[in-house]
Amino acid sequence: MIKSWFKSGNPWVWFTASAVSACLIMVVGVLGLILVRGIGNFWPGGLVQFSYQEDGGQVHEVIGELIDTSITPAAMAKVAGFAMADGEDVLVQYQIKTGNRDVSGSDFRWIQERRIKRQSTPPELIAVERREWGNFYGRLVAVKESGKMIAEGPEAMPVLQERLEAALDIFDKISYLEKKKIGAVNYGLERLRLERRKLELEKRWDADAQQRIAAERAVLDGEYKKFQTELMALYRDIRKDSFVAAADDGSEHEIALAKVVRVYQPNEMNVFGKIGHYFTKFAEFLADDPREANTEGGIFPAIYGTILMVIVMSIIVTPFGVIAAVYLREYAKQGFTTRLIRIAVNNLAGVPSVVYGVFGLGFFVYILGGKIDRLFYPEAAPAPVFGTPGLMWASITLALLTLPVVIVSTEEGLARIPKSIREGSLALGATKFETLWRTVLPMASPAMMTGLILAVARAAGEVAPLMLVGVVKLAPSLPLDGNFPFLHLERKFMHLGFHIYDVGFQSPNVEAARPLVYATSLLLVLVIIGLNLSAILIRNHLREKYRALEG
Amino acid sequence: MSETYSLRNASGSIQQSAAGYYQRWRLIKDALARYGVIVGGLGILAAIILIFFYLLYVVYPLFVGASASPVSRYAVPEPSLGKTLFLEIEEQNELAARFTDSGRVVFFEAATGKPVLTQAIALPEGVSVTSFAPGRPANAGVFAYGLSNGGVIVVRNHYKVTYDKDVRKIAPELNYPLGEAPLMIGEQGVPLDKVAVKWEDDATVIVAKTGGKIHLVSFEKEQSLFAEESAVQRTDAVVDTPSENIAQILIDKNGENLFLAGSDGSLGFFNIADKNAPALRQRQNVVETGLAITSLALLNGDLSLLVGDSSGQVAQWSKGKDELNNVVLKKLRVFKVAGQPVVTIDSEQRRKGFMTFDAGGKMGLFNSTAERRLLEEPLGAHPIAAALSPRANALLMQGEDGQIHFWTVHNEHPEVSFGSIWGKVWYESYQKPDYIWQSSSAANDFEPKYSMTPLVFGTLKAAFYAMLFAMPLSLLGAVYTAYFMAPAMRQLVKPTIELMGALPSVILGFLAGLWLAPFIEKHLAGIFSTLILLPVGVLLFALGGQFVPKAIRHKIPEGWEGALLIPVMLFTGWLAFQVSVPLESALFGGSLRDWFSREWDIGYDQRNALVVGIAMGFAVVPTIFSIAEDAVFSVPKHLTVGSLALGATPWQTVTRVVLLTASPGIFSAVMIGLGRAIGETMIVLMATGNTPVMDFSVFQGLRTLAANIAVEMPEAEVDSTHYRILFLAALVLFLFTFIFNTLAEIIRQRLREKYSSL
Repeated sequence: MIKSWFKSGNPWVWFTASAVSACLIMVVGVLGLILVRGIGNFWPGGLVQFSYQEDGGQVHEVIGELIDTSITPAAMAKVAGFAMADGEDVLVQYQIKTGNRDVSGSDFRWIQERRIKRQSTPPELIAVERREWGNFYGRLVAVKESGKMIAEGPEAMPVLQERLEAALDIFDKISYLEKKKIGAVNYGLERLRLERRKLELEKRWDADAQQRIAAERAVLDGEYKKFQTELMALYRDIRKDSFVAAADDGSEHEIALAKVVRVYQPNEMNVFGKIGHYFTKFAEFLADDPREANTEGGIFPAIYGTILMVIVMSIIVTPFGVIAAVYLREYAKQGFTTRLIRIAVNNLAGVPSVVYGVFGLGFFVYILGGKIDRLFYPEAAPAPVFGTPGLMWASITLALLTLPVVIVSTEEGLARIPKSIREGSLALGATKFETLWRTVLPMASPAMMTGLILAVARAAGEVAPLMLVGVVKLAPSLPLDGNFPFLHLERKFMHLGFHIYDVGFQSPNVEAARPLVYATSLLLVLVIIGLNLSAILIRNHLREKYRALEG
Repeated sequence: MSETYSLRNASGSIQQSAAGYYQRWRLIKDALARYGVIVGGLGILAAIILIFFYLLYVVYPLFVGASASPVSRYAVPEPSLGKTLFLEIEEQNELAARFTDSGRVVFFEAATGKPVLTQAIALPEGVSVTSFAPGRPANAGVFAYGLSNGGVIVVRNHYKVTYDKDVRKIAPELNYPLGEAPLMIGEQGVPLDKVAVKWEDDATVIVAKTGGKIHLVSFEKEQSLFAEESAVQRTDAVVDTPSENIAQILIDKNGENLFLAGSDGSLGFFNIADKNAPALRQRQNVVETGLAITSLALLNGDLSLLVGDSSGQVAQWSKGKDELNNVVLKKLRVFKVAGQPVVTIDSEQRRKGFMTFDAGGKMGLFNSTAERRLLEEPLGAHPIAAALSPRANALLMQGEDGQIHFWTVHNEHPEVSFGSIWGKVWYESYQKPDYIWQSSSAANDFEPKYSMTPLVFGTLKAAFYAMLFAMPLSLLGAVYTAYFMAPAMRQLVKPTIELMGALPSVILGFLAGLWLAPFIEKHLAGIFSTLILLPVGVLLFALGGQFVPKAIRHKIPEGWEGALLIPVMLFTGWLAFQVSVPLESALFGGSLRDWFSREWDIGYDQRNALVVGIAMGFAVVPTIFSIAEDAVFSVPKHLTVGSLALGATPWQTVTRVVLLTASPGIFSAVMIGLGRAIGETMIVLMATGNTPVMDFSVFQGLRTLAANIAVEMPEAEVDSTHYRILFLAALVLFLFTFIFNTLAEIIRQRLREKYSSL
């Protein structure tokens, strides 16, 4: 019976089925992994206080968030160098985020379960998110104003929250002044410098021009002084307050409120408090600038840069892709040339993306960009304007990279439009272009849309070429801002995909950054899957529609 | 065809019926659109051609040899001031200097020979120059004069560059780092026959041959912590070696190694790190018997010695270790320079290249790493002295005819040859020839190692493991999905797997590097047991299904096996992990990784080829799956139905009919998948350690061409050799994928035609 079963080939069918199942399990597993890790990131974990026996035998307190648990069988633990008693089957270890990097030198440590003497979750423990040195965990001791103590003990917490709110207000004002106002003044000064250089190069640097530039300069200098005084006052205010907190080793630390983002007591929070906290953190993640070498804070500039790059790319790739598809489908005689072009399209799709990056860097940035600089920006030399990687070159390079996607999709759309429609239009006296413009292209527009969406999804996730042609880990200013001419195509920008690579692999503190990378990945995956699903839906809808037309 | 025909008719009629402006405008628009579209369509072709030719354009200079062209020729300036001992050109090729045997230095314009300045070395009354040598390091501008009274004068020549209103001015400055008065070496009054110097601000070494002995004198500046002044401490020693026939003395730039070449072809190699006790390391004949050493020079970096002999060969000898771990000189390679004795060897100051002149006045330019003769140019006269400029872009040669020849040299990328990129190269201070990629280092005199072989190897290795993972999954999956799967399930499965292809590679790479790699490291045994148990589990489940009563079995709709298997496989996987822990403890002493390294000597990298194989396999699966599934699905129905009607089982139909018919499509799917695996960047960048090693082991890391470009491109200086080699890597990738994709596309186009005819 078994023999005949084998002979029937049935087992092989099951094997082939198992390949599909394995693929499905992997896809769902990967998505699930990203989802779980990414979503959990902002949930405030409780703070646990352990009485822990160190290697030397002394017992002391360890405060931190429980991050991970590892269970190692005894034999393996022995190989790894742990002393195991005879009765022990497994070695259980916990990874604890202890924070206080400025005190202990690291954010994380592993502790062994067997050495924990006692553990509790005291409600008074505070978690402090700081602008430098990561989180601080400990107990609040007192709040100070200009070095004088103003609150202590249980009443310290409300006072602290109140003061912190004020400090955060001031902080917002400071960043507004520094980034927007003073940034604009500096930008203006730089423009004046370039203008002067340009006039000098053109030999028009006469008394008139000198006077005009000096006047403009004086205005800007005046503004700058004004902002500077405002800023000084704000800095004085924000530096006034501080608080004292005790770390788990008992030492007391004074933390300036200027360096604090948020103070909370996770063990005190109820579910709604935690949900509130979750959404505040999530909003911060989406809308704030990164802190601490990108390992904390938000990813707003990366989202912004990605979107802007994708928009510029779409503007470039759509017309080219559509024209090429129209040529292949509507104008070209099917034969050797179209075959050649189809091979070219397939090759464009198959060329490794990093090769596009190399090409973009060499051809667009150094050759075209260098030429543009020499022709239009001689005043900026030797600093390059377009002769260095930037948003425009990144967009063009990715437009080239995604061109095949748009072509293939549009072509498919064009192929599905019944011939009768074209013939009808031509029979009514329309020229070929009119037929195309008035009937064929509008009907194919959902297909173009599909292609564009797929191109955008591809571009949003592409990293290798961008690393060469314009993406940086931290851009000082956004490529679109309030300074004339508003859109700065020559600027470098941040990108979600590169952010993941950079924070996950280049950051000095990978362990601390990991949750943020999962969150960023989740965001990117959601965007890309969303785009792809909508493309699939549009395509399916389109197929249905034309099936009806044909019928 | 019919469309164009109808259009022509239509436009014709329009032209006849109405001649108005609007009608004409319509036609113009139509024509414009036509040309615009044609240009746009052909633009695609232009784009791919542009990419190819641009890459080629950047790479091309690598393979252009050197060239040299004569600029001028003039009589030796100030011939009355003595015979030329040595020629020198400064960095900008504007000034040159002639050091004469009367202790004069004549500076002249390199291009015209017009004397600019003459300076005299302060020789004591009645004393003449008996020997002369340029010092090390080569760029220090130090020279030693050995005198007839047994003294040595060390002179330093420094070209000072000043700018006056953007006009460059270069002025030579002579000074005496060890004092103007001659330093006495050996016995007073006995002339120095040979001399060599190594100068540094705080440590100078002079070696001289006088009175039948080799003297070693070292000066060390001892900077005391508080005093402004520093004391110079002099150490004297005698090198214990017969010295009668010592023809040439060389000290390396660290002042730790001394080379004494005898006229009989023997070379003494001494360790002089301890200035009190010079010790012989090795003595050997470096030329064949009957030949003589005619010239000797250190290659830039002072790790290799170039020995020119009377037969016209130059051999490169480099420090290495012998079997007893002693430092010895080994012969790395031989350059056949000419048929006549090699008279001079000048090393480049920034690269591993050198220039030779043979007795007939033929100049040769070489590069040691590339083992390449770049240029050969007869200058015509027997050379007396020759100099290569510091940037190696100009040369001076004084011939016996009393003429100085000034040439410019173009030699941009000498370190590249077919051998140095693809073959094994014996690099300096390596034990044997090897494939090494190491493109840059902090040191100036570093020998760049541009072997692309380890990178290509890494690329193929990564692609191999990825395909090993992806091919069974995707091809079997494609066959099942296209042929056996229920349509309802197929409608779900296809988009899901295509979605898998949309996942950005940076996310896969991140998961591979930060999640999968540590996971596999920890659960290596679990992974292996899953690999073994999974097929068994599937088979058992399928077999078990045979014994289920028919009534129940028939309730399960056909084509949903895949869905049924998901829980089974999950369970088997879980079971495998559970079983692996005790198994690992019992069979492998607790850790499979340690067992591998203990028993099989297989090392384990956390980010290794296994991780890359899985992660990149995951990325390639959807590509192959999608194309292969299309190919299988579009096999004409009448073929399969016919086969089934003739009594073949479904599986027989698949293997004998469907697969055969769809095989070109499946082949092209694999090709395209392979192309993707070869060019994938982010996954390998993040999931491997990026170490360019050549090791087949699945537990070792690798570096691929693509990852290498991503890592090094931002740091490569534009138009440098490194930059162009990275472009070459891009070109290689381009060609790889171009071939695979074109092949796949042609096969697919053929297949489409075949199907439509069936």
